[in-house]
Amino acid sequence: MTSTRSIGKFEYKKPGSLRTTLRILSNKGADARILAGGTDLIPQIKQGQISPSLVLDVKNVPELNRLDWNEDRGLRIGAAVPLSKLLTFVAISERYSILAQACSVIGSMQIRNRGTIGGNICNAAPSADSAPALLCLGARAIVASKNGNRKINLDDFFMAPGKTSIGADELLVEIEVPTPPAHSAGCYMRHTTREEMDIAVAGVASFLTIAPRSKKLKEVRIALGAVAPTPLRVHGAEALLIGKSVTERIIEEVAEEAAEEAKPISDIRASAEYRRELVKVLTRRTLWKSCEMLGIEIQR
Amino acid sequence: MAKYSVVGKRIPRIDALSKVTGTAIYSGDVTLPDMLYGKVCRSPHAHAIIRRLDVTKARSLEGVMAVITASDVPGYKNRSPLLLVEMPHLAQEKVVYAAQPVAVVAATSIEIAEKAVGLIEVEYEELPPVLDVLESMKPETPPIYPDLYTNFIARPPTDKDSKPSNIAYHISVNRGDLEAGFREADLIIENTFRTQPIHHGYLEPFAAVAKADVNGKVTIWTQTQGVFTARQMIAEFLGLPPTQVKLVPVEIGGAFGGKSYLPLAPLCALLAMKTGRPVRMEMSRDEVLRDGRPAPGSVTTIKIGVTKKGYITAASATFIYDAGGFPEMSHTMFVRGNTFSQYKIPNIKIEAFDVLTNTVPVTYYRAPSTPQSHFAIESQMDLISRALGMDPLQFRIQNSTAEGDTTPSGEILPKVGFKETLERMAEYLRQKGSLQGENRGRGVACGFWHGAAGSFGAYVNVNIDGTVTLVIGVTDVSGSRTSIAQIVAEEFGIPMEAVSIVVGDTDTAPWSSPSVGSQTIYSLSHAVYRACQDAKDQLRRLASPRLGVPASEIEFANGQAIFKGDTQKSIPLAALGRSSLGFRGEGPIVGRGSIAGLPPAPSVAVHAVDVEVDKETGKVKVLSYAVAQDVGLAINPMSIEGQIQGAVTQGIGWALMEGYVFDRGKVQNTTFLDYRMPTATDVPMIDTMLVEVGSTTGIYGLRHVGEPPMVGTLAAVANAIHSATGVRLKTLPMTPEAILKGIKKQGKS
Ligand SMILES: Cc1cc2nc3c(=O)[nH]c(=O)nc-3n(C[C@H](O)[C@H](O)[C@H](O)COP(=O)(O)OP(=O)(O)OC[C@H]3O[C@@H](n4cnc5c(N)ncnc54)[C@H](O)[C@@H]3O)c2cc1C
Repeated sequence: MTSTRSIGKFEYKKPGSLRTTLRILSNKGADARILAGGTDLIPQIKQGQISPSLVLDVKNVPELNRLDWNEDRGLRIGAAVPLSKLLTFVAISERYSILAQACSVIGSMQIRNRGTIGGNICNAAPSADSAPALLCLGARAIVASKNGNRKINLDDFFMAPGKTSIGADELLVEIEVPTPPAHSAGCYMRHTTREEMDIAVAGVASFLTIAPRSKKLKEVRIALGAVAPTPLRVHGAEALLIGKSVTERIIEEVAEEAAEEAKPISDIRASAEYRRELVKVLTRRTLWKSCEMLGIEIQR
Repeated sequence: MAKYSVVGKRIPRIDALSKVTGTAIYSGDVTLPDMLYGKVCRSPHAHAIIRRLDVTKARSLEGVMAVITASDVPGYKNRSPLLLVEMPHLAQEKVVYAAQPVAVVAATSIEIAEKAVGLIEVEYEELPPVLDVLESMKPETPPIYPDLYTNFIARPPTDKDSKPSNIAYHISVNRGDLEAGFREADLIIENTFRTQPIHHGYLEPFAAVAKADVNGKVTIWTQTQGVFTARQMIAEFLGLPPTQVKLVPVEIGGAFGGKSYLPLAPLCALLAMKTGRPVRMEMSRDEVLRDGRPAPGSVTTIKIGVTKKGYITAASATFIYDAGGFPEMSHTMFVRGNTFSQYKIPNIKIEAFDVLTNTVPVTYYRAPSTPQSHFAIESQMDLISRALGMDPLQFRIQNSTAEGDTTPSGEILPKVGFKETLERMAEYLRQKGSLQGENRGRGVACGFWHGAAGSFGAYVNVNIDGTVTLVIGVTDVSGSRTSIAQIVAEEFGIPMEAVSIVVGDTDTAPWSSPSVGSQTIYSLSHAVYRACQDAKDQLRRLASPRLGVPASEIEFANGQAIFKGDTQKSIPLAALGRSSLGFRGEGPIVGRGSIAGLPPAPSVAVHAVDVEVDKETGKVKVLSYAVAQDVGLAINPMSIEGQIQGAVTQGIGWALMEGYVFDRGKVQNTTFLDYRMPTATDVPMIDTMLVEVGSTTGIYGLRHVGEPPMVGTLAAVANAIHSATGVRLKTLPMTPEAILKGIKKQGKS
């Protein structure tokens, strides 16, 4: 149950440079909260879940507003880039359709105009819609503190609901997404009760790379959302597919295995049993769809 | 049908511009100098005895100006709080639902008020909560109130053998010979249906501002569906004569029956009286969902018998409504007039109960009790037509009642358009053709609403520029001002722009019943019509000597009083308005009209919905939706279409996704994320067909409009899901998870 009280007093700062931001964080990181779009943070403050003494707005930090792509380095998304801006970036719709698709279902137009992909992953909700797609794409978080930068593989980023491996004095600067290899494709599907303005009851992203001649699967990534304390990859299910030609039977086995590896809970939105069932259905559907995108004929 | 020039036109709402530009004034916009802020301290338990309540620490906090508890409420002195309806119930010896108010603070800031609430010390002794109606009804279940007897709220019955009970109200209806009726039947089907408590989903949370003047008169700004009933109830709570309380109308951000309840205004007023300063209170969404009263959940068992040819021979039904913690808002009282009235059923037995539980008390919501009862009735009608292999609409048409038939409540039906409306839908579906595609299904259902009628007054002033001002005392929750203005414009033969409407406060406006029961336009239009005739008679008397024609030969058009025999002989209303004020004039032209005791004009709305069900996830997509409704005469078709589309959207939410989730009586989903209402992406465009079988009692033949379209939605959606999947769901909401469970179960059997 939530309870909405009036917001307590806090200090608000909006520095214009990365250096100042990092200096503030090194002094006051423990009591501060970073504000990007605020679509997670402000409701949390209003509902009394957190009451920071300092709100540090990072929207004016130039490094966090970068958005570029080149073949070698891949895609770099500044942590404060609004989702709607991301969605109009040509490189994303051309080369990262799975990510575009995942980001396009977040909230509504209004939410996407404010919310950022950085906020989505730093908030670390198990249901964060961009996370399964980013996990599939092998994304890395570039994190900075006064003492320098480090890179975190997204596989090592999510720790628990609302918890990431970013330290209190650190800041997510950007997300790096390697250019997907040739002959690869994938997609994200989620289940919600309401079409929009809802939170995934379960979400699945699948991403496949094939050997062009043999049409066998070279690389397979399957990631789940909302069915475990963190977004997660299902390595067991992935392994079942690697090196194989796709058949209907294998897809079924993989879907079963993914459901097996999920660790869902029952809550007011759905039962664990139903969530597991959804993982199976959505894994199957994303795999079929990915194969279709790659022009693979699935043997029945 | 007569030709009208303004009535019947699609005219945008006159309040639309101020609302979309944010200039309209709502309760939460009102601020007064030196205002204090109030906050409620609420019970964390669903059922508990209050052992100790200590407000001294809260009272001594700097900035706190008053703390009140039940012992400060004058209205509780000589009468049971059970009789103060639609009011907050400040707990006395015990709390009967979670979030029940226990104390209220007024302070110089909202932060201080919140802090003071935290300093209030309450020791509770928890009691086991009664959470299920069937459990609560059992004679061995301890009564929540030791002095509540069925149908005798707060006054013991004369019958010595009566025992206190959790059944607040009970009614029964018997007609014909039930047993004989079932013996005649070739097929008898019996089922139990359940619905969940449901929130109205109005956007605007409750708010109130109150001030007490030096003479002791209290003025209150708050959203309410009826300023005069609110005045009455608040005056009783405060122990003041009604006219010592003044309600000032403000715009209302959605009501649907939920805003006759006044959770804050009486508390605000009492704090203002105690402190001598204006006080404002506002509810958060969380508070609205915990203590804004929902529509009741229900359990209905229904049995219907039919002949092979599809004629109903007998029906029996037991309707049980979950009243929550207080008995005041009876739903059984609507059952008699709203159950089985659209069908010819010679033998009938109806039982209905309002049963108390330790959950949030309920209130009325758009056709109270009737969507719940029709979920059962219309699902059952569908099951029967399937069993008989009959077209569901034909089955309904051949059993439908008409003028002169007697309803279960013993009422003789006036002129109604049930058959016409059912046939209109049948024709629509014939043209549309059958539904193609896998996992798709169509459902139909028919909703009846009897309607209510109230007492209303109206004044009209004919102004010196020939415009007309109407003064009424009814707040606008549904676009009523626009439709009423159309009637005024029609009657005076002036354009819409020449009519202005003032919703007065309780000191200046004529008495009005609240805006409930789809009675507003239906009843108010009579008072307004009469006021218009009164003013027109005065205008005719003024115009007659000037035109040199008899008064009875004068009509009104194009802003003029015109001689019927020769339209060249005319005089502008402005001239008449001005001349009435001169030294030799007859004085201002003021028309007045009143109405009470109008017989209602019942109506049906027939629904048809096409859905597609994802058989692997259970998710329902509503593909298309159509409603045919007998509206008598559409004053403003656009406004009625909006009413129908809004009601269907609310019904789709009720059917598929909405519902309170309780844990030991406490509401768990107190945000609009988890109290899930549909958005525009969940509903298709809703087609409407306005059938106009004029009533004999409404002005121009109009009927009740706002509530009928809510009634049939729940069953229509359930029937469509059955068509698509073969699964019959008898419990709401029909969530993807519930539907998938049904599909899997069916696969096994
Ligand atoms: C109505 C509504 C609908 C929504 N629907 C969805 C949905 O469908 N799917 C979904 O996944 N989410 C949804 N959300 C949640 C939210 O909108 C998204 O998670 C969004 O991407 C958050 O981004 P933001 O910029 O608003 O984050 P903020 O609220 O600004 O921040 C979120 C968290 O991340 C931290 N943070 C932000 N930036 C950084 C940084 N650079 N370094 C370190 N920490 C940082 C903040 O301190 C905070 O804890 C919805 C929210 C609302 C209100």
